[in-house]
Amino acid sequence: MSALSTSPARGASAPDPERTASVRALLRGADAGRRRKDRTMTVLMWSAFGLAMVPLVSVAWTVVVHGMERFNVYFLTHSMRGVFGGMDAGGIYHAILGTLLITLGAAVISVPIGLLAAIYLVEYGRGPLARAVTFFVDVMTGIPSIVAGLFAYALFAVIFGPGVRMGIVGSVALSVLMIPVVVRSCEEMLRLVPNELREAAYALGVPKWLTVVRVVLRTSIAGITTGVMLAVARVIGETAPLLITVGVVDSINGNLFEGRMMTLPVYVYRQYSQGLVPCSNVTDVVCIPDINYDRAWAAALTLILIVMLLNLVGRLVTRWFAPKTLR
Amino acid sequence: MTTTAPPTTPGPAPGGPSGASRPGAPRRRARNTDRGVNRAFRWTATGAGGLILAVLAAVAIFLVLRAWPALTAGGDVLGEEVSWFPEGASLLSFVGPLVFGTLLAAALSLLLATPVAMGIALFISHYAPRRLASTLGYVVDLLAAIPSVVYGLWGSLVLPPIVVPVWSWLADTLGWFPLFAGPASPTGRVLLTVALVLAVMILPIITAVSREVFLQTPKLHEEAALALGATRWEMIRTAVIPFGRSGVISAAMLGLGRALGETMAVLMILSPGLLYSFKILQAGQQQTIAANIAADFPEANPLGVSTLIATGLALFVITLLVNMGARAIVARRKDFSGAN
Amino acid sequence: MAQRIDVKDLNIYYGDFLAVQDVGMTIDPKSVTAFIGPSGCGKSTFLRTLNRMHEVIPGARVEGTVAMEGVDLYGDDVDPVAVRRQVGMVFQRPNPFPTMSIKENVLAGVKLNNKRISKSDAEDLVESSLRGANLWNEVKDRLDRPGSGLSGGQQQRLCIARAIAVKPQVLLMDEPCSALDPISTLAIEDLIAELKDEYTIVIVTHNMQQAARVSDRTAFFNIAGTGKPGRLIEMDDTATMFSSPSQQATEDYISGRFG
Repeated sequence: MSALSTSPARGASAPDPERTASVRALLRGADAGRRRKDRTMTVLMWSAFGLAMVPLVSVAWTVVVHGMERFNVYFLTHSMRGVFGGMDAGGIYHAILGTLLITLGAAVISVPIGLLAAIYLVEYGRGPLARAVTFFVDVMTGIPSIVAGLFAYALFAVIFGPGVRMGIVGSVALSVLMIPVVVRSCEEMLRLVPNELREAAYALGVPKWLTVVRVVLRTSIAGITTGVMLAVARVIGETAPLLITVGVVDSINGNLFEGRMMTLPVYVYRQYSQGLVPCSNVTDVVCIPDINYDRAWAAALTLILIVMLLNLVGRLVTRWFAPKTLR
Repeated sequence: MTTTAPPTTPGPAPGGPSGASRPGAPRRRARNTDRGVNRAFRWTATGAGGLILAVLAAVAIFLVLRAWPALTAGGDVLGEEVSWFPEGASLLSFVGPLVFGTLLAAALSLLLATPVAMGIALFISHYAPRRLASTLGYVVDLLAAIPSVVYGLWGSLVLPPIVVPVWSWLADTLGWFPLFAGPASPTGRVLLTVALVLAVMILPIITAVSREVFLQTPKLHEEAALALGATRWEMIRTAVIPFGRSGVISAAMLGLGRALGETMAVLMILSPGLLYSFKILQAGQQQTIAANIAADFPEANPLGVSTLIATGLALFVITLLVNMGARAIVARRKDFSGAN
Repeated sequence: MAQRIDVKDLNIYYGDFLAVQDVGMTIDPKSVTAFIGPSGCGKSTFLRTLNRMHEVIPGARVEGTVAMEGVDLYGDDVDPVAVRRQVGMVFQRPNPFPTMSIKENVLAGVKLNNKRISKSDAEDLVESSLRGANLWNEVKDRLDRPGSGLSGGQQQRLCIARAIAVKPQVLLMDEPCSALDPISTLAIEDLIAELKDEYTIVIVTHNMQQAARVSDRTAFFNIAGTGKPGRLIEMDDTATMFSSPSQQATEDYISGRFG
């Protein structure tokens, strides 16, 4: 590269040592205060993240440790029927059944509505109605779950009279919470479908509705499945609306339209609120004072496992199916 | 498959299959295509969109409908018929402390959560190694996946022994400050514990929204700050935070909405009371609307249920206002950044 | 104030990708040096290594030395923040901070270093910087209005004012006129001619007439093909470069045969 160097007068002269020293001083760094502040903030940012991990790890740890004590096949396959006091018995079969049925009910109600509303927003929506729907879907995500429960209760109370308790009321309450989540995620997925695909279908003379069903929905089915599973995962842990609409019961009820049902989150709360069992030492029956807390932890573990499973499967679905369709 | 195509713009798909390319035929075809199944499908979809608005309206209507008996009954009637209704109170003076407790708990949790959430959001957007960022965001989102009843269990059985010494220390050293007036409850079932758990629960939503906003900061402005000789923190202060301010505000309001309506954690942790009290280290002082409903609902008689629904209506209105405010800010932001 | 920069054996990487290879040059104080070359030849990338802005991009790094008056900017005891303080930069698109007023924009860099600048000192500095950027007369009545309300050319001069307010040793300009109309471009070019009395100026430009008009020395960068690293082909006095370049590639580029 020396050939490129210019006239010797410019290139060869060594830098003046005095200037070198002054430049070196200038470049040594910002004043210590600023550097200290920058480092402090960096540490703070890291510790903010660390701070958030404390409750996460603590919750996960305690749930697993306490939950493992009673988490076994017996616990998963028996109900609480005939269980009282500190008996070393009882399980959550009825609660799992109730949770699955009620959540399924909620999904059956909210997935068609949510998906169709998302189709409306993406494929047809324009003008004030679409804007209103978009805005209020967002607002709806902020409805407190207990208010959703009150709504479902009030709705059925108007139809069937007050004091009605059945699984479907809980499903309705959960679907109020679930619909906006389904709309949001489905909308996102439908928007990912390239317009070229739609146009290609139109060019073949396929009517619009068939294009939506055959092309748009088929392309985005993996994403929609994921979205629905994540929405289910979100509502499956809801307690308050079920507490006031479905109530509690100790035995198995497989009918959504008749009588109270137990659900996992409510079971956790119920066991917790029953508190310690007063055991008298004279009886020879086995009595465990904190059996209720043990059951609550084990049910909480089950609930978290279900939620995590839904999350995991939901994400895997996208990962497995997405490459073939999108991206 | 068209892989190179960018995500479709928010604009709807072209109105009809028959474009303007064939001037002769389109008119008849356009009419043809909007017949039968096609039209039914369009109406069904539109109906589903409208149904969502209807549901929201129905929530308001049915709550008013069922709350009506309590709204119209006098305080004395309520006091007679509803076992837990305070003697000599009116519905308004009954709801007052509940609204107060709800707002206090939510505000405290927001105060605790927002700085940490902003820290995490900045950490993920500007400090963490690029490859780790999305994983870290997912880990924070896991906090949102834990059901609230589990937080309640944790906050009432695990947390108190840990926080009680801290709370008593607070009461001893800062007791002159009204919020921390002692003596601190030895059970730990106080509003500050509740606020702590609520803060953990709303952390993910505040973090997620703030993170998105911070990530949108134009590279141009970040580089402008750096080129002036700003350190990383100074760059964040001059370019990132001013840009993201409104986004962070709306994120905090969304978190506030969550905290206002949270039921189980409050119900399971707090030792309730119906006072206008700022003493967040003492038990039996405050109660929130949501927890009060869940606590009294199962045992309430018809008028009691009606009273509780009336309080629920108040909660609904408060959260609706907060959420609408937050969403309006977000929406305005979207327009703003779109114009740039 | 102005300092000399010596670059030796500089290789610039984005991750594993070698973007610019083996650059060596001397940039004289109180002069204007222009970098020209086709798109993607690495001239902007090279410019950003002169104030260590290159390393802001994740995975970006350099090998070799960039010395200012004999002090290696990439040396161990050198703080990149201090380097950027001494080597100011003006970007391709004007980027005043949108949330700040004109005055705050000018003072943005100074405020970082010296929080307790007195009010009268601040006003003097705002005036002298804006005068230095030939903007004072146009904005003196609306110093408290947002900087984003100015025209593109005014915004770019505001950015120059912001850069010179911190009194840097060297001023880098990355295609400062590419987003501007011809009249604004002319204003900036006049400004560059004035600024070189005080600063060492390095300017990247796509516009060869501009390089010929404003610069004292010109460096031509070129790239052998896509995926190949950019190289410094030739550097000389501007008059020589445009009348009798020693390399065929330079002549082809200047005469408009490619690029």
